This record gives sequence, C-alpha cells and structure tokens, in this order.
Amino acid sequence: MPTLAHYLIVSGLLFAIGLGGVLLRRNILIIFMGLELMLNAANLSLVAFSRFNLLNDGMPNYNAQVLVFFIITVAAAEVAVGLAIIVALFRAKQTTHVEDLNTLKF
Amino acid sequence: MSTQTAPWIILFAPLVSAALILLLGKFSKTLSASLAILAALTGCVLSWWLFNQSVDAKMLSHTWLSLGPELNLTIGISLDHLSQVMLLVVTSISVLVFIYSLGYMRDEEGYSRFFAGLSLFLFSMLGIVLANNFMMLFIFWELVGVSSYILIGHYYSKDSAADAGKQAFIVNRIGDFGLMLGILLLWFGTGTVIFAELIESIPGLATAPIFLTIACILIFMGTIGKSAQMPLHVWLPNSMEGPTPVSSLLHAATMVAAGVYMLARIFPILHAVPTACEIIAWVGGITCFAAALMATQQSDIKRILAYSTISQLGYMVLGIGVAPTSDVAMFHLFTHACFKCLLFLAAGSVMIAMHHEVDMWQMGGLRKKTPVTMLCFFAGMLALAGCPSTSGYFSKDLIIEWAVVKIPFLGWLVAAAAGLTAFYIFREFLVVFFGKARSEHAEHAKEQPVTMLIPMLVLSVLALLAGFPFIQDHFFKLARPDHELVPHLLHPLLYVMFFGGAGLATMLYFKAQKDPISIPLFANRLYIDNVYFWFVRNIQGGGAAFLSWADRWVVDLLVVQVPSKLTWACGFALRFLQLGNIQAYAFFFGAGVVGILYILIFK
Repeated sequence: MPTLAHYLIVSGLLFAIGLGGVLLRRNILIIFMGLELMLNAANLSLVAFSRFNLLNDGMPNYNAQVLVFFIITVAAAEVAVGLAIIVALFRAKQTTHVEDLNTLKF
Repeated sequence: MSTQTAPWIILFAPLVSAALILLLGKFSKTLSASLAILAALTGCVLSWWLFNQSVDAKMLSHTWLSLGPELNLTIGISLDHLSQVMLLVVTSISVLVFIYSLGYMRDEEGYSRFFAGLSLFLFSMLGIVLANNFMMLFIFWELVGVSSYILIGHYYSKDSAADAGKQAFIVNRIGDFGLMLGILLLWFGTGTVIFAELIESIPGLATAPIFLTIACILIFMGTIGKSAQMPLHVWLPNSMEGPTPVSSLLHAATMVAAGVYMLARIFPILHAVPTACEIIAWVGGITCFAAALMATQQSDIKRILAYSTISQLGYMVLGIGVAPTSDVAMFHLFTHACFKCLLFLAAGSVMIAMHHEVDMWQMGGLRKKTPVTMLCFFAGMLALAGCPSTSGYFSKDLIIEWAVVKIPFLGWLVAAAAGLTAFYIFREFLVVFFGKARSEHAEHAKEQPVTMLIPMLVLSVLALLAGFPFIQDHFFKLARPDHELVPHLLHPLLYVMFFGGAGLATMLYFKAQKDPISIPLFANRLYIDNVYFWFVRNIQGGGAAFLSWADRWVVDLLVVQVPSKLTWACGFALRFLQLGNIQAYAFFFGAGVVGILYILIFK
C-alpha cells in the first residue's frame, strides 16, 4: 500500500526532472515540456494531499482537487500562448536553440 | 464731502492715478502727466480744506486682518494736527514737483512710467502720514521703499542707477528690520499697535524702563534707515542717480521726512524714555556735523545737496531728541521741505541746461544764462544757510537753542555745522553761477520753460517767508527754551557762523577755476563707504564664499552626488548578471527560491 511519502517522492522526482530539463536542455520546446512536467508534479502532490488528508467526516478535501483543475486549465491556456510564441520566434529567428536567442543582455 | 471721507480720497487718489497711468499711459504722455497732477492736486486741495476743518478725533477704521483677540490689524486714519500739517507739506510739495516734472522729463524715456512711480510714491507717503497704527505705517513704510527703488532706478539700463536703487532698498531694509522688531516689542508690552492706545498705555510700562528703551531704539532704527542718519546714510547720496524731481520729492516731502514724522507721531512714547531721547539726539547731532563736513568737498551739484539733506535731517532728529514738543522738529521739516525742494529743482534746471552734466567744475558763469534759476537757487541757499529772517534761520536756530540747553556739547557741534552749511552751499552757488564758463555746455546754457520756473518761484517765496511767525503760527505751536538758559553767546555766534561760512566760501571760490583746497578725508565721505565696501567684500563676501563652498561640497556632493553615484554603481555591477541566457536566469531564480526557503525554514 503506497503511502503519502511515496506519492510525494514521485512528485518531487517529476519536479526535479522538469527543473533539470528547463535548466539543462537547449531546445526551447524541450524546456517547455520541462515546465509542463513541473506543473504536473505539483498536481500530483496536490491530489496526494487531498487523498491522504481526509476530513473529519471521512471525505477527501476537494479544495486541492479543484485547484488541480484550475492548474490544468491554466496550463492548457499557457501551452496555447507559449507554443504560439515559440512558433513566432522560430519564424523570426529560424531556430529553437536558446543559445542563439541571447540578444537581450548587457 | 465730510471729514470722514476726505482723507480716504486724499490717500487713494494717487493710487488710482498710478493704476490708470499704467493702463492708459502708453496711449498718451499728456494723459499720464495730467492724471498724476490731477491726483496730487485733489489731495492738495482737500488737505487745505481739511486743515481748516475742526476734525473729529474718532476716525473711521476698518479691520483688515483679525489674528485672534490679541491682534487686529486695522487700516485706519488718524487725523490730528500733526498729520494735517504733514498732509499739507506732502501734497503741496508733490503738486509743485509734479508740475516741474512736466518740463524736466519732457525729453526723457519712460515718461509714463515715471509719473506712475511718482503717484505710487505719493500714495505710500500719504499712507504713512495718515496711518493710525504701527502695522499700517509699516506697510506703507515698505511701500515707500519699493517706490523709491522704482524711481531711483528709473534709468535702469544704467548700471549705477540700478545699483543705487538696490542700495537704497537694501540699506533701508536693515533699518526696517529694527523697526519691525521695535513694533513687535511694543505690541508685546502693551497688546496694541494703535498709536493713541499705545500712548495711553505707556505709563503702565514705566516699570520696565529697559524694555521700553530697547523698543524705542529699535523703532529709531527705522528712522536711521529711512531718514538716512549715520551710519545708514550711504544710500541717500547714491540715490541722486534718479531723475532730479525724484531727488527733490525724496528729500523734501516724501521718504526721508517719513522717519522724522514717525518719531513725531510717537513723540510722547519717546519722551517717556530719557535714554532713548539722548541716543536719538546724539545720532542726529553727529550725523548733522559729519554730513556737513562731507558736503564741503563734493563736486557733484546734486550730491552736495544730498549731504546737506542728511545734515538737515540730523537737525530734525536732534530736535526730536531735545525739544519738549515734536513741533520743533516738524517746523524744521516744514521749512526744509520748502527750501530743499527748491534747491533740487534749481539744480535740476541747471542740469537740464547743462545737458545732464553734474560736475560743478564744468559749469560756471551761469548767472547770465539762467537768471531765474540763479535767483531761485539763491533764495533756497539763504534759507538753507540760515540767513537771518529766512525760514531756515527760524527753524534751525530753535533746534540749536534747545540742543545747547539740553546737551551743550551737541548744541555747539551743530552750531558749527551751521557754519559749514553756509560754507558748502555758498561754495556750490558761486562755482555754478559765478566765475567763467568752464565748458562748452556752460557757454550755451539756456533758461528753462515756464512749467519748471513757476514751481521754483512759488517755493522761493515760501523758502524766504515760511519761517515768519505770521505764517508758521498757523501750523505749529512752538516751545522756546527759557531765555535765561540760552547762553548769550549763541545768537551772535550763529550770525558769525553764517557770515563767516559765506565769507570764507566767497573768498575761496568767487573766481576759482578749480578747487583751491583738497581734503581727501571729506571728499571720500570720511571713508564710511569704503568701510562698508570692505565689510561687504571681505566679511560678508567671506561668509558668502563659505556658504557657496558648503553648497557646492556638502549639499551638491555629499547629499546629492554621492547617493546618485552609489546607486549608479550598484546598477552597473548588477548589469553583468544580464547574461542573455534564459537558463541562467531560471537557475538564479531557482537558487533564489531555494535560498529563501532555506532561510525561512532552517534559520
């Protein structure tokens, strides 16, 4: 029987993988995927908390699950905007490599 | 028309005319001149009418500013014998000078501006004369300062005129500062600034004689500034940079007379404080003598008269200090207004004839070219020098008598000054009108138009006759010292002084082509101007240099530059974090979050 700790460890691993992807990969699309992964790690921990912290009447705390839906919705919107920006960026620069996108610096 | 409204009309007519001249003056020169003269004439006629009315002592007054129950500033009029006489002097002299200005200013620039300035000047002076409280007096006192600044600096494009205007204003400010403190002290002691109430409440203050003395001396500082007493006399000779009618008005009826008039107004207060009276007498006496000395070695015809004014004002201030009634000083103010105004008008007439040359050693022989001016100057000169039976003789001798009785040393000092007066004015007269013409202009000088001569002739008559009892009895109630007390030597001595001074001047200057004697000490005005110059340049200039240093290095550098440069430097250092690498930013962000979490949770 998996406990809360197992879920949180998986969630933390997911988050670390996402963060690692964001920090280490050079392709902007992969970075974007890393971001999504981190969001889902957060979702997972929220659902786990909801499931394991039952209220006094034995029901799960749905507040956390409602929050997960919000995150999914916002993430969907974010993907739409983010991909649009990446497409526009690719049209302008002909690249998706972040090391080529360093104009804004001192 | 009632005695209630007439003073207000007298007071505000010049202000209205000044405003109208500024609005309409650019359309017509004649219009501006006639507006100014009309206003002065209205004032003059009403003043004479008022003088013959028995006035109700209770006059209308309006509360202008109410500062709680302690202090109500009122604009009110006090109409007593003193102000009635002063009204006559001020308005009558002004009418004559305004008419004279028609001729004098005929070819000058700023004609309308000049008449607007004259009207404003008259308004300010009338405000002082009519004020029934110290605050109103102070407001008009400052207005006189402003209008004198405007008029002295009339030829503002000339540096010396602009500087003279500034100097007059600034030097007066020093005296006014004392006056303000004095007024506040009196108000602090008595709770009122209204003259009549002040005078009533003075006996209550007799228990604090030192307080009262300090208050009186501070108020006297106002007179020192405005009436050009030592040591604040330096502005008056420089004010000669203004057009001559201004000098005439300034020296005869407005401005310098204001200081003496104010002392007369608070005479009962002053005489409750013997120490203050004594100080006033000494300042007046010393000014009188020193200014007469300075006048003996000047060569500018207007400056000689300016020093003479300072000297005569010294007599008046001395008169306030020693005589038991203010009428003694006011009598001299009255006669002096006539003859000094006359002398200035005559000097102005000479200047116009000489194309604005003021150095008397460029003149000479003008008696044939400008005979009327010469006669007028002669009449004024006799009165100033105190020739027996002229107006100056009566008024000056009275003051000298009182001075000899009260403070003998001062009495003899100013008696000697009377001799110097005769000397310097005869010197000027002889050099200007006698001898040979010393320059091109002097040979071609012409007599002036009738608008200038008539005021001079009127004043000549006044200067010669105003002192006789049949005239002055209408205006003044003079008090003579006891015959027993006056030394028998005094009157013969005064005759000797007059004839001696005049004779010596005739001997030295009748045919002189250049000044036969030269005393640098007097020619340089006892070096008082140099002392001020030194003081301003070194002491005050040093202070200013220090403040400028502090401003530059403390305020500008330490307070302004250092923080701004520091901020810039921080910004510059942080700029290097802008790598342009998005993953570096994400790393910094993540590291920051971890850092904050670490601090929040584990510390």
